[in-house]
Amino acid sequence: MTTLDSSKEIQKNNSEVNETHEDFRMFGLITFLIADGMTFAGFFAAYLTYKAVNPLPDGAIYELELPIPTLNTILLLVSSATFHKAGKALLKDKNSDSQKWLFITAFLGIIFLICQLFEYFHLPFGLTDNLFASTFYALTGFHGLHVTLGTLMILIIAWQSRINGGRLTSQNMFPLEAVELYWHFVDGIWVVLFIILYLL
Amino acid sequence: MTISIDPQKANNESLQPKGWLRYFSFSLDHKVIGIQYLVCGFLFYLIGGTLASAIRIELASPMSDFMPRDVYNQVLTLHGTIMIFLWIVPVVNGAFGNYLIPFYVGARDMAFPRLNAVAFWLIPPSGLMLVASYFVEGAAQAGWTAYPPLSITTPQSGQIIWILSVLLLGGSSIFGGINFIATIIKLRRPGLKLMQLPMYCWAMLGTSLLVVLSTPVLAGTLILLSFDIIANTGFFNPVLGGNVVVYQHLFWFYSHPAVYIMVLPAFGLVSEILPVHARKPLFGYTTMVFSIMGIVVLGLVVWAHHMFTSGTPPWMRLFFTIATAFIAVPTGIKFFNWVATLWGGKISINSAMLFSCGFIINFVFGGITGVALAQVPFDIHVHDTYFVVAHFHYIVYGGTVFIIFSSIYHWFPKVTGKMLNEKLGILHFIITFIGFNLCFAPQHWLGLNGMPRRVAEYDPQFQFVNQISSLGALLMAISTIPFLVNVFLSVRNGKNAGDNPWNALTPEWLTSSPPPVENWEGEAPLVEEPYGYGKEISEQK
Repeated sequence: MTTLDSSKEIQKNNSEVNETHEDFRMFGLITFLIADGMTFAGFFAAYLTYKAVNPLPDGAIYELELPIPTLNTILLLVSSATFHKAGKALLKDKNSDSQKWLFITAFLGIIFLICQLFEYFHLPFGLTDNLFASTFYALTGFHGLHVTLGTLMILIIAWQSRINGGRLTSQNMFPLEAVELYWHFVDGIWVVLFIILYLL
Repeated sequence: MTISIDPQKANNESLQPKGWLRYFSFSLDHKVIGIQYLVCGFLFYLIGGTLASAIRIELASPMSDFMPRDVYNQVLTLHGTIMIFLWIVPVVNGAFGNYLIPFYVGARDMAFPRLNAVAFWLIPPSGLMLVASYFVEGAAQAGWTAYPPLSITTPQSGQIIWILSVLLLGGSSIFGGINFIATIIKLRRPGLKLMQLPMYCWAMLGTSLLVVLSTPVLAGTLILLSFDIIANTGFFNPVLGGNVVVYQHLFWFYSHPAVYIMVLPAFGLVSEILPVHARKPLFGYTTMVFSIMGIVVLGLVVWAHHMFTSGTPPWMRLFFTIATAFIAVPTGIKFFNWVATLWGGKISINSAMLFSCGFIINFVFGGITGVALAQVPFDIHVHDTYFVVAHFHYIVYGGTVFIIFSSIYHWFPKVTGKMLNEKLGILHFIITFIGFNLCFAPQHWLGLNGMPRRVAEYDPQFQFVNQISSLGALLMAISTIPFLVNVFLSVRNGKNAGDNPWNALTPEWLTSSPPPVENWEGEAPLVEEPYGYGKEISEQK
């Protein structure tokens, strides 16, 4: 297990190995998110190419309803803000406030998923109906998977930021910061997806 | 915020198994993981080589008499996939990268040791799964490219196992890439500047950027392909309104950079080996760095040169031809730099040097055919013929595999503390070099005369040249024997190597052989001039 230390200098004791180095877990996470973003970029590129060169069969062009996805966009943007609040609260050692904001964020994530499922059940097309339908479900489904994982991670860190015996403190912010960055990333992807899939 | 290495962890390390057993454990030591990659990769190389021998036996006669045609397709698919994803990519990146990069940046381990171990342990199960798919209703038959609609219409179970396996291997590759980027950028010893790093670090930085940027696109594509196979969607199925060319674009967006993922680390390794055995500084360090980065950038925008016959529009052909031709510039710079490094050097003729020189010869030949293939009129003539097979093997076998062997001869004394037998090594080189050229040089002729690739049966007029090629393949198969004998004998009774048998200046030679668990007894040395040959040793310090 690694422990955290505030000193930046390399320390060396006589016999045992006890060196310190900068924490670059966030650097690794950003690199991973760039890779993850490239997966979405591939999907978006495929979708836009299909839209440009593969005409749909007659009567298969569907206008998507906008109210639910717009609500979902707002939900995710608000959840990014509430997550930020949670981080601020933890930094000031207000663990219970932080936990409250995290639960609100997770709740917003769950509402997002419910809305998404509601939309799926009320769409006039299924996965294999045509190319547009398949791409629609692949894109939103892959994003929904990210939201599901994110919500689970938020619930885990909400549990870990409890006052008695929780691992998250103002000295150990990394888990919260990591999930927060991931969550902002997923929100950003949703905004791009919303523009490309629903508005274009 | 900083992380300190807890003494607790050091205690856990001491609980890990000792001796050869540690190579079968979830070890966090970058050196152990490097050797795990190398040995695991070599075992898959033997499997892939056996499959290659089966292909050449089949092609020694024009009819499909050695195996049925569908088995031939499975064999060539497994051969390609195993050699690329389980031998070359893991070994040239994972094995040497894990072993050397922490030394080169002056660190005690990789940036994320646990992620590193996870990345390795993804490989054996996915490799075994891939090989086992042959025994479950047959392996995939669509080649390592898995082009739809072929991959959708051939038997499903083999193709799905193939996709799962490649997804796992891609994940392993991405984890490795993240680790290398973090190690090279963030874990450098204080005082060590980027432009003082040995060239292999730059090569691995470029390679890892390509891995991180392009492998996820392949993963996404294969997920869509698996939907087409399992869920009956139509992304790449023209019958259902899909578009096969989109698959090709997405696939080659990964798989062209994959060629650089296989060959850039070899460029780095040869840049480490040549100066040591020629006793001269690496010629043109700065131009080397910029050519690597140039290849990385250009390598991302040339993919459609694999698709000149896929109905690509003229403007796309023009753009990708020019971009591909441009890659010859940084590659040529590197080639001339290696030759200039050798020029006037005090060259020792040993196995490592011979394999490196073999690499330079083979690679320049493969590079020239590569420039030829980038020209649309020529490419349309030889597309999907043995010319492409010959070109590709000149790059990947004549290039990268030669460097893998060269590196094994070069770093074996460091890893084991024992020297390899030079006579057996030179014998290994001679048989490999003759066998390789005998096997693949005639295939250029076959391709120019129109023999298509990936078929078990061919026109009888090609039989004689195919038999020459098969003879070369036999020599290549034989060439592994002196190598394996050499390794087994030398590990047991090899001459003691000492810490620095080559009098090299790069940091891994400044510790004991084999190195201790945390790489250095004391503080990591600061090597400001890794290629300062011909200067006074005192200037080094």
